[in-house]
Amino acid sequence: MAEYQNIFTPVQVRSPHYMGPPLTPGLGTRVGTPGTSWLLGKIGDFQVGPIYLGWTGLTSLLCGFIAIEIIGLNMLASVNWDWIEFLRQLPWLALEPPAPKWGLRIPPLNEGGWWLMAGFFLTTSILLWWYHLYRRARAMGMGTHVAWAFLAAIWLYLVLGLFRPVLMGSWAEAVPFGIFPHLDWTAAFSIRYGNLFYNPFHALSIAFLYGSTLLFAMHAGTILSVTRYGGDRELDQIADRGTASERAALFWRWTMGFNATMESIHRWAWWFAVLCPLAGGIGILLTGTVVDNWYLWAVKHGVAPAYPNVFPPVVDPATLPGVSP
Amino acid sequence: MNHNIRASLSVVAAAAALLLAGCERPPVQTVQVGYRGVAMEQVNNPRLAAKREAANVVPAALPAAPSDPPMAKDVYQNIQVLDDLSLAEFTRLMLAMTAWVSPEQGCTYCHAEENLADDSKYTKVVSRQMLRMTRHINSNWTNHVAQTGVTCYTCHRGQNVPANIWYSNPGPRQAAGMARTRVPQNVAEPSVGLSSLPYDPFNTFLRADPEEIKVISKTALPAGSDRNIKQTEYTYGLMIHMSESLGVNCTHCHNTRSMAEWDQSTPQRATAWYGIRMVRDVNVGHIEPLQGVFPPNRLGPLGDVPKVNCATCHQGVNKPLYGVSMVKDYPELRGARVMAAAPADPAPADPSAAAAPAEPVPAAAAGS
Repeated sequence: MAEYQNIFTPVQVRSPHYMGPPLTPGLGTRVGTPGTSWLLGKIGDFQVGPIYLGWTGLTSLLCGFIAIEIIGLNMLASVNWDWIEFLRQLPWLALEPPAPKWGLRIPPLNEGGWWLMAGFFLTTSILLWWYHLYRRARAMGMGTHVAWAFLAAIWLYLVLGLFRPVLMGSWAEAVPFGIFPHLDWTAAFSIRYGNLFYNPFHALSIAFLYGSTLLFAMHAGTILSVTRYGGDRELDQIADRGTASERAALFWRWTMGFNATMESIHRWAWWFAVLCPLAGGIGILLTGTVVDNWYLWAVKHGVAPAYPNVFPPVVDPATLPGVSP
Repeated sequence: MNHNIRASLSVVAAAAALLLAGCERPPVQTVQVGYRGVAMEQVNNPRLAAKREAANVVPAALPAAPSDPPMAKDVYQNIQVLDDLSLAEFTRLMLAMTAWVSPEQGCTYCHAEENLADDSKYTKVVSRQMLRMTRHINSNWTNHVAQTGVTCYTCHRGQNVPANIWYSNPGPRQAAGMARTRVPQNVAEPSVGLSSLPYDPFNTFLRADPEEIKVISKTALPAGSDRNIKQTEYTYGLMIHMSESLGVNCTHCHNTRSMAEWDQSTPQRATAWYGIRMVRDVNVGHIEPLQGVFPPNRLGPLGDVPKVNCATCHQGVNKPLYGVSMVKDYPELRGARVMAAAPADPAPADPSAAAAPAEPVPAAAAGS
């Protein structure tokens, strides 16, 4: 390497496009004529495409398209097919799950049937894409870490939209498709079940979420800070090990006494990321099925502290004699 | 290459401007109201507060009138509510009401010019009902209005129709048939603070046969509570309406670590609890009986009469008109004098036992 390169000084050598190694016969082809993008070259590789879909990728995209289409058209119908209103109100619009009266039965299309159908296709699409990821990793001779990490996210998605509603016996317990609506749903969910902040799995999930961002910042910061010694170029590190890794490791040993290794730091990051939705999904699954009010649960188990009363005593007026609720 | 960078920068700038467009311009002040560490705080913007204060100034009271005879009922005809007032008090109250409700149209907004006793104008029939309502609130709902009380001005503020009223909301137009999936939520409606919550919690909670507001389980483990998340969204919508109407945060009433616990709530929560019952009582006992009296142009899109909610009186302030009592200058609005002598039960009246609607209440056509 003639010169030191970073995101600000890349050399984009335009050469014949790399089409990738030959595919196993019978697997179809990679699609798309490769192109180049100067801007993408600024943040990654400047060659775009080709892409391999195969039957898993194609069916996944198809199911995903159907799901998005059902959701989008329902949103558009809810504003009387008015495109301007659709764009204006898009963050508010939603496709809602069936009403509680339907339980786990299949309602008519306009009473939640569309939601069930969209959920079915979206789930199928996601699961197919998971299999696609798994197969591509195998085909590349890689491990399947990405697929399993994705499955952790799918677990949380399925808990929210399928496992918990089934355990509760009602589709109405599931999340609506919509931008603000799913956020308001989340707040309402927490309110109904006595404040999710007292759910220990929610707390654990947040610890892994914030831990992930901390680890990400530590690792990324470390590697970027030794790029001047070639710390970002794995091939050089392996073939002709420079001092970048040593410096990075010693930096942490001398600042906090312990350092991860080039490999273990990625296990740290992978597990933190994966445990975030895993723990979160457990917390959601327990809500309403095993615990009905997390605040009272936390009081019962000595988790929620008691604070001094600063207001005059307040009682529920509905419990007073002579007052009708 | 430069135009690429310029284009990306303008896209970033436009996106940032778009994201900030919905924000409130600082300064923002936070005042701690609860025990330290529980985040019970009121957020205020002094710039907006100044504007609100200017819009909630009480008009000067008219000079007091003697209660000596002659009595108004002996001079005028067809006096059904204010029959305990002297002529001087009666005239003063009429003048005050004109200034509060119809300053532009004057007496003839309600009265027929040729015969003041005539009930031919619907506005006169409505005013009479509103006088009954005002006296009813001031004498029977002191749990909510305390001794501050309410007058016509609390809601009307110099307008024929109070600025904050509600009708059954049919929602925006939507497609028909199997594409008609719209539930009464998920649209930017001011009634619930532009959230995506159910936009008509009023039909659900502020009329006869209201739904239960409480949704939070009373037990740590499941013990048969069938309250669900959809019901919670309705309650949440009502609470957002209250928060917006009073210009307060959730923590004005609740310690949000547990919305349900009364022993950690502020005394204002009990006041609000009575307020909800008062609004129901007013709608059921005084407003909805006027169905048939209002002309079509005063009715909502579904033909229902204009009704009250928290915003009708509060208008963005936690104590309407910043707690300044107008009733102290108009004691005749506190209640009929003969009645005031013997209040058997100071507890608020049972809403269901309140004056029954004269006509059947039309079923809610939307929103519940």
